[in-house]
Amino acid sequence: MAAGTHEVEHHTSLGVDNRKLLMWIFLASECLFFGTLISTYLIFKGQSLVGPYPDDILDIPLTSLSTFVLLMSSLTMVLAVYGAQHGRLGMMKAMLFATILLGVGFLGFQVYEFRHFAHVGLNLGTNQFGASFFVLTGFHGLHVGIGVAYLISLLFGSMRRSGLGKDRALWVDTAGLYWHFVDIVWIVVFTVVYLIPS
Amino acid sequence: MATAVGTAGQVTERSGIWEWMTTVDHKKIAILYGITSFFFFVVGGIEALLVRTQLAVPNGTVIDADLYNQLFTTHALTMIFLAVMPLGVSFFNYFIPLQIGARDVAFPRLNMLSYWVYLIGAVMLTASFFLGGAPDGGWFGYAPLSDRAYSPGSQMDFYVISLIILGISSLIGALNFAVTIINMRAPGMSMMRLPVYMWMTLITAFLLILSLPVLTVGLIELYFDRNFGTHFFAPEMGGDPILWQHIFWIFGHPEVYILILPSMGVISEVIPVMSRKPLFGYAAVVFAGAAIGVLGFGVWSHHMFTTGLGTVPQVVFSASTMAIGIPTGIKIFNWLGTMYGGNIRFNTAMYFAVSFLVLFTIGGISGVMHASPSVDSHQQDSYFVVAHIHYVLFGGAVMGMFSGMFYWFPKITGRFLDETSGKISFWLMFIGMNATFFPMHFLGISGMPRRIYTYEEGLGWDTWNFVATVGAFILALGVLFFIVNFFQTMRKPRTAPADPWGGSTLEWATTSPPPDHNFDVVPEVRDRDPLWYNRDHGISLPARPEHLHIHLPPPSYFPMIVAMGIGLIGVGLLSHLALSFVGVAVLIYGIWGWSLEPTS
Repeated sequence: MAAGTHEVEHHTSLGVDNRKLLMWIFLASECLFFGTLISTYLIFKGQSLVGPYPDDILDIPLTSLSTFVLLMSSLTMVLAVYGAQHGRLGMMKAMLFATILLGVGFLGFQVYEFRHFAHVGLNLGTNQFGASFFVLTGFHGLHVGIGVAYLISLLFGSMRRSGLGKDRALWVDTAGLYWHFVDIVWIVVFTVVYLIPS
Repeated sequence: MATAVGTAGQVTERSGIWEWMTTVDHKKIAILYGITSFFFFVVGGIEALLVRTQLAVPNGTVIDADLYNQLFTTHALTMIFLAVMPLGVSFFNYFIPLQIGARDVAFPRLNMLSYWVYLIGAVMLTASFFLGGAPDGGWFGYAPLSDRAYSPGSQMDFYVISLIILGISSLIGALNFAVTIINMRAPGMSMMRLPVYMWMTLITAFLLILSLPVLTVGLIELYFDRNFGTHFFAPEMGGDPILWQHIFWIFGHPEVYILILPSMGVISEVIPVMSRKPLFGYAAVVFAGAAIGVLGFGVWSHHMFTTGLGTVPQVVFSASTMAIGIPTGIKIFNWLGTMYGGNIRFNTAMYFAVSFLVLFTIGGISGVMHASPSVDSHQQDSYFVVAHIHYVLFGGAVMGMFSGMFYWFPKITGRFLDETSGKISFWLMFIGMNATFFPMHFLGISGMPRRIYTYEEGLGWDTWNFVATVGAFILALGVLFFIVNFFQTMRKPRTAPADPWGGSTLEWATTSPPPDHNFDVVPEVRDRDPLWYNRDHGISLPARPEHLHIHLPPPSYFPMIVAMGIGLIGVGLLSHLALSFVGVAVLIYGIWGWSLEPTS
């Protein structure tokens, strides 16, 4: 998908750049990583011996808002990839910046939520809900954080004199794959943890 | 000539130890992997000898129960994660680019990172002996035994952290190999023209990619249980110890195929070449390998028949386990069919390859036996299981690796390992391994449990235990012969031609040892056995051009720095968390420098 303006530089057997293929296969591995965490959450659903229970403290409207923020970041990411592939560098930089802001916004919601839960007495060791909830959403948040760092490094890279070089579209495209994956995981987590009643 | 272009801030010296520490050449990395893993193979062997010495006679007093627990646990961890897997990786590294006609792997610096991370994990695991005790909860670290309540020291923390680090190394390596095989094949080499060894490597890589993250999550949860107050696996707080077993074995069963498939690939190269016939039923062998890989993810609960899964899961997992015998059987018959009617050269490589067929089949048959839940409930946790896994892991995986060592030694070093000495070490290992592990079937049937550090006299276990111990020392003597053979061979002049065995795959189309850039001209592939096709059709390899302009990736410090960051994070998780933050800083610095470093 190194569209139109960008030729794949090295010859590869599939015609896909090695780096992009690496990301695809890495994401396959990540599926199993989150699959195991989500399974753990589901296995312990309803197994908490003491409260607070999910229904007591999960705030669906607030998390819907943070989910909206994260989903919008996928839109800005798509636009950043579009800008990179069509040589519209101003658009690319602006959209990368917007994606970073939305990602940080999502992390802000998560920090608020974690602090609030700790305040009302839900910690890692409180019950099975606390353990599986914090580990699952915490590792998702860690992935968002790594994604933000990834995008910041691309934004800085694009501001150098040489920009991102001739592989610009590929770099942004590959980062986009990671970013969308983390978003998709959140859709599953949001559904499993927040929307399905216990 | 091939040139390595250096720029400011990069490594420019190309000599001595720095060259080895910063190399990104897949052949040098393979040699590093090979030497390190063989060292740990010896370490794991010494641990096993101590275990066997303790068990030689009833009421043994050589080591105490505590040290015994550490030794059998680290023996398993060392052999699996520090010896056999990386020995396979060593061959992958050397022969993936050579067999598919590439100049290097897809990501040379990631390749070196993978080695450094492996080395750090290996040193960390082994150093635990001197830092408060080695892991002592079995290689599967069953919770809640591995929880803080029953394992208060730092031993199981070492287990968790070093396995996560080793997992990172394996994942990076597997991603690199998968991309390389899929994407960097020589012109004309379609997937169904890949050497079988490459197919088995690709399947192994995908097994690692899909199974390691599951173990990582389990280890993270165990670490949280031990250090951050969660109760994932503590039943008194609503946790579930069976969950640990599921998570561990969803990784653990694919892991046994990760150990055996590389050796199956090796003998799929050795047997046709030594029989001077193409592999019988190429497509069947490839699809059988893929079927093993897929089915390998659907059989994990056969490790858990005695936990009370219920009838339906037991029947399902029993059936899937027996089903996996079918593709395995297909492969065995294909190898036999390859030898049938061939003009066989029985050299040491072939000895080891044929012994694989015999020993692996014995291990496979005992495997089908405890695929039956009712039979398994008798054999569970007994020496019968120990016999089974050693027949498949030693008789299968390790014998296959030795076959590969004798087969490819001339390619790697330009020298032939001594055949007479090789055959002596083969017979010592073959007799020793059967003397050690076959009696364990009898011990298991007569009720001897695994993981006991001593036993009473008069239980009927005395004779076979003594035989097993004698066998273990015969086996060790065979390995010692191999080591002596290695050092003697390395002092001899290089006499190996490019293609000493009349091989069919591309690695034999270049010199022994190959030049830095592997091939002067990337060969074109017209058949599954490209060199035999060229020989039979009178096609000679293209002549070496007058001027070669091949830019190899320059050496790099950054893999070492990134690995140091990962190591520091690990050390921090074992001591003071503050150190982990230093590790993160080093990691970020390393990745930053890495991405800005010019590669051409």
